Amino acid sequence: MIPFCSLYICLEFLDFDGVGTRLKTQESLYAFLEGVRDETPLLFAVVPFGVIYGITALEAGLTKLQTQLMSCIVFGGSSQFAASKLFAEAAPWSVIVLTVAIINLRHFLYSASIAPYTQRLSFGWKALLAYLLTDEAYVVAINHYQKQQEHSYGHLYFLGAGIALWTSWQLSTAAGIALGKMLPPEWPLDFFLPLTFIAILVPALKSHLSIIVAIIAGVSSLLLYGLPYKLGPIVAALIGIMSGFVLEVGKRQ
Amino acid sequence: MKVWLVLFLGGILTYLTRLSFIYLFDLWEIPLWLRKSLRYVPPAVLSALIAPELFIRSGQFLISFENMKLLAGVVAIVTAIFTKSMFWTISSGIIFMLTYSILM
Repeated sequence: MIPFCSLYICLEFLDFDGVGTRLKTQESLYAFLEGVRDETPLLFAVVPFGVIYGITALEAGLTKLQTQLMSCIVFGGSSQFAASKLFAEAAPWSVIVLTVAIINLRHFLYSASIAPYTQRLSFGWKALLAYLLTDEAYVVAINHYQKQQEHSYGHLYFLGAGIALWTSWQLSTAAGIALGKMLPPEWPLDFFLPLTFIAILVPALKSHLSIIVAIIAGVSSLLLYGLPYKLGPIVAALIGIMSGFVLEVGKRQ
Repeated sequence: MKVWLVLFLGGILTYLTRLSFIYLFDLWEIPLWLRKSLRYVPPAVLSALIAPELFIRSGQFLISFENMKLLAGVVAIVTAIFTKSMFWTISSGIIFMLTYSILM
């Protein structure tokens, strides 16, 4: 509670809302805490994920500082896992950056979907909320925006959800870093990663088309395994995305 | 050096993706073809990353009961379908592998 409240006090001084009127303290604090509260159930899934990330990134040869800073700078779970895997395989930096960028392309969708609600905010707010726009914060924030008629405190709600997630992600990464050296070396740590990906992928397969896309991408990835510079998976992913688009267009006609 | 470069560039690209429409909302509308394609990014990327981990052992395609990771992956996928729980999906795969290593 103490870090969340102190953050709120900082916000009061910054008075980001740009209207010039002081924020109504109680209502904005309430919106912020509501965001924290609604984000909480999702944190139970995020925390183990962060711990495993911390362990695998160290395993891949990153230093403790690099492992933690990746969680601050990139702040995107699956892309951080994929980057760790490629670091372990000594892929070229350009391929790792490309992979991170492609995995995180989905944020375009979140950004587009949340944009109508953040439109009237100042640039400072937009810049801050964009940083906090992750899968888990997006789900909670958009749900709130769509339910409410009035959005005066929506950004504080979004901030609460985002900060709750951010804090958990940083702390769980740190916990993973601390744990990493304590685990016995014969543990198959490198397999935590595919298991984690399976845990994210399977619930995301909601339509027939997405299942077909996953199969096409998986098979292509096996066929293209021999491509140089570890380019196989990312080319396979692009093939999968394009076939999804083509199939969808075909279905409609 | 390489790691820092990746953190910096990967971080910037990710941030710009997140900021894109929040910032440019009035200036540019997301084209329909892009919106449709983006929906397939998660299944395609994840599946492309998982497949080689399961099927390829030391550079060779391997479908066999000796391929522990493939079996553990199948266990995890089945668990994911039935429980819809991230925790049980990951745990089932790990428990399977530990049991397999002890028994075999």
